[in-house]
Amino acid sequence: MGNSMKINLKVWRQKNQNTTGLFETYSVEASPDMSFLEMFDVLNEQLIEDGKEPVAFDHDCREGICGMCSMVINGRPHGPKQGVTTCQLHMRSFKDGDTVVVEPWRSNAFPVIKDLSVNRGAFDRIIASGGFVSVNTGSAVDANSILIPKDIADTAFEAATCIGCGACVSACKNASAMLFVGAKVTQLSELPQGQAERESRVVAMVNQMDAEGFGACSNTGACAAECPKEIPLSVIANLNREYYKAKLNGK
Amino acid sequence: MSFLFSSSLGRKLVMAVTGVSLIAFLLVHCLINAMVFFNDGGATFNVAAEFMSSNWLIRTAEIGLFVGLLLHIVQGLWLVGDNRKKRKSRYQIDGGSANSTWYSRSMGLLGTIILIFLVLHLKHFWVVSRFEIPHGITEEHTLFHEMVEIFLNPVAVIVYVLGCISLSYHLLHGFSSAFQTLGVNHKSYTPLIKSLGVVFSIVIPLIFAAIPVVMHLGLIK
Repeated sequence: MGNSMKINLKVWRQKNQNTTGLFETYSVEASPDMSFLEMFDVLNEQLIEDGKEPVAFDHDCREGICGMCSMVINGRPHGPKQGVTTCQLHMRSFKDGDTVVVEPWRSNAFPVIKDLSVNRGAFDRIIASGGFVSVNTGSAVDANSILIPKDIADTAFEAATCIGCGACVSACKNASAMLFVGAKVTQLSELPQGQAERESRVVAMVNQMDAEGFGACSNTGACAAECPKEIPLSVIANLNREYYKAKLNGK
Repeated sequence: MSFLFSSSLGRKLVMAVTGVSLIAFLLVHCLINAMVFFNDGGATFNVAAEFMSSNWLIRTAEIGLFVGLLLHIVQGLWLVGDNRKKRKSRYQIDGGSANSTWYSRSMGLLGTIILIFLVLHLKHFWVVSRFEIPHGITEEHTLFHEMVEIFLNPVAVIVYVLGCISLSYHLLHGFSSAFQTLGVNHKSYTPLIKSLGVVFSIVIPLIFAAIPVVMHLGLIK
């Protein structure tokens, strides 16, 4: 490794949900070509060799689509780059000798399972409360039987790129989940297939969001700035419109 | 209607609607205050001030203004408190400066400074003109005379300027934020609202702040 770099890590260690965590300091020799997660793999190999407990962190696809790799790196969800997840962040974004602070998503609604791994079941419960559409059973419908204008398809698709990673919650000073809920509501309310539950859906999802303990929206824009899929703030404005309309109609 | 005080979206709606009403009020208040710049010994300003304090329609609207102001303050402080509780374990490093403006994250603090200023401001002018405490407004001692007298004190001038600076930053976020909360987010209108918000947030507090300064310097008599 001709161009290896030394990274000083300050990592949040927490045994389980019921204990208070603390920061541990480690030193790792990494290559600039490694992804941030691969650097953590090296750290864990090192910890196992030393007979210590490896750092628990979530990861799955390692290609930026599963939304599992939840790490707050130097105060920013998924690190300093825009529009990427932690697995898409490479060590070349850091300098030799840098000290990097790694923390879990912090929100009451996302309790820490262990170390950097948090429970994002709150998002699943919000989806279950209204993120579905009614479909007729029977023979398959012709693919082109429902016409959807291109601009509407684009808006719905843009919202549907949300991977439910929770970076919006972790970046928001209020730990608000409005960008996530806004994306899910927009995706379905824009399309003809989502009309049947349009009003009941938004009310159910907002109620569940509040019940899970997420904060309210202050429109600071931190969520959209940190979203790895660059979901725009306009989905929150759309969420507001959908919710107020549903409320006016007595839902 | 209970969702206006129970749901996170309902509570934000209260903030936005009262916020837009207060913005409309600020515009009227500023236009009337700006009449002192005619530098006619307050003659034009006093006519407007007399109209505002005697017209029954304005007085009725004033009740609405106070209800809106109270809702904005109570709901705002309540929201700030609630939102803070949503993250019990705080971050070691706060990365907020990389993804949002400091004033958008400090609306509670800026609002509280404005509230403290407002108590003093209402005591200075509103109580005097409506309840004649301690002496009231007469033809010999007009509201303009009251202004000149109060702004002789340099401390009062500094407090008013600081109040206006807080108001400016509060509006820099609040103006466009209110429209976003109301669901107005449009390809061509939103940039227009944002630009208008910046102009409003700078010009209006600047006119407000200029009055105590020029009066203290004796440029307006």
